[in-house]
Amino acid sequence: MATTSITLDAAPSVLALLRQADDALVLGHRLSEWTGQAPLLEEELALANIALDLIGQARALYTEAGALTGHTEDQLAYLRDAPQWRNALIMELPNGDFAFTIARLLLVSALAVPFWHAAAGASHAGIAAIAAKAEKETEYHLRHAAEWLIRLGDGTAVSHRRAQDALDALWPYTGEMFAADAAELIAARVIPDPATLRPAWEATIAATLARATLTRPEDGWMQSGGRVGRHTEHLGHLLAELQFMQRAYPGATW
Amino acid sequence: MVAPGRLERARAAAAAVPDPEIPALTIEDLGMLRDVTLEGDTVEVAMTPSYLGCPATLLIAQDVVAALARAGFLGARVRTVLAPAWSSDRITEAGRRKLLECGIAPPERGALRPGLFAAARPECPHCGRAETEQISAFGATPCKALHRCLACREPFEAFKCH
Repeated sequence: MATTSITLDAAPSVLALLRQADDALVLGHRLSEWTGQAPLLEEELALANIALDLIGQARALYTEAGALTGHTEDQLAYLRDAPQWRNALIMELPNGDFAFTIARLLLVSALAVPFWHAAAGASHAGIAAIAAKAEKETEYHLRHAAEWLIRLGDGTAVSHRRAQDALDALWPYTGEMFAADAAELIAARVIPDPATLRPAWEATIAATLARATLTRPEDGWMQSGGRVGRHTEHLGHLLAELQFMQRAYPGATW
Repeated sequence: MVAPGRLERARAAAAAVPDPEIPALTIEDLGMLRDVTLEGDTVEVAMTPSYLGCPATLLIAQDVVAALARAGFLGARVRTVLAPAWSSDRITEAGRRKLLECGIAPPERGALRPGLFAAARPECPHCGRAETEQISAFGATPCKALHRCLACREPFEAFKCH
């Protein structure tokens, strides 16, 4: 009988890898949902390419995590139930309209670029190697999201309103991205402390919003829970599709 | 004791494997081939993926194993090496020339310049003029972007600086 479900021991180094891997896979899966529905052909290619980059980053990170837990990358992706996932909530929110998808990609990529840049100097060789690749890939994602958000914000009254609505709706989910709960790993320079990357993130967001004629929402109460496995209802629906094959046909290969 | 010439033959067989998406270029041209070693009768090929999510990576590994089998080296292994990371600067001079010959602008040299809004403006591979514009930073494969020449009006692909 093939394994149908796995539960992981929460070693800090495993959780640190899963946090990044789950962020990448869940956002990559969300972006892949645009395939066949993007507003124009170039965007079809762009969103699929970005999704592919993120899923590739997730695969490499799952392979590192699996080396510690004794699992394959596929087992980590397909056999964990929602409470075992460690992605930030912002990744799992449904795509909404195009403005929402782009605004989220900007908010996430503006942190991912300095995060991977810092992680490229990590003391963990595996993370440093993945980070060196991911940094360059993520630069393209950030640039793409920023260019689009400027076009939407500085476009028509409708596109401006939708872009501002998206930012306002997403803002309460940004706080969780900077939460750090792996003090020992940060001290040992295994992973960077996202809180220290906040000024770089703020600068990127401010520069982009100024050109987009959009307003930075006020910091208020922030949503959290994803990092400890407390998710929105949306993750379960996403996993139902992502994990369908291995749930219906355990151990299926091709 | 490794017979002289065997390692060279193994290396040549691995190096000649074409990229499935841009078959004019070999994995050596692209700078993805890191090392070929021979232990006893077993060849090990160390390769660096160009993009973490590039779907061609697995196919290339299978092609390398098959090419070595045809050259008489059965059971070859492919090892993925992530560090130091692949960069478009690793594409060889021959590789850059072949890209141009098949209508793909070679990547800019030097690491990707940081900056939110700077986009590369490669010379047109058809007419050689510098007046080009980017249509999309994302193309048919992860490694290419779409551009258009403002002089000859031809669209073309450009290998991304990465």
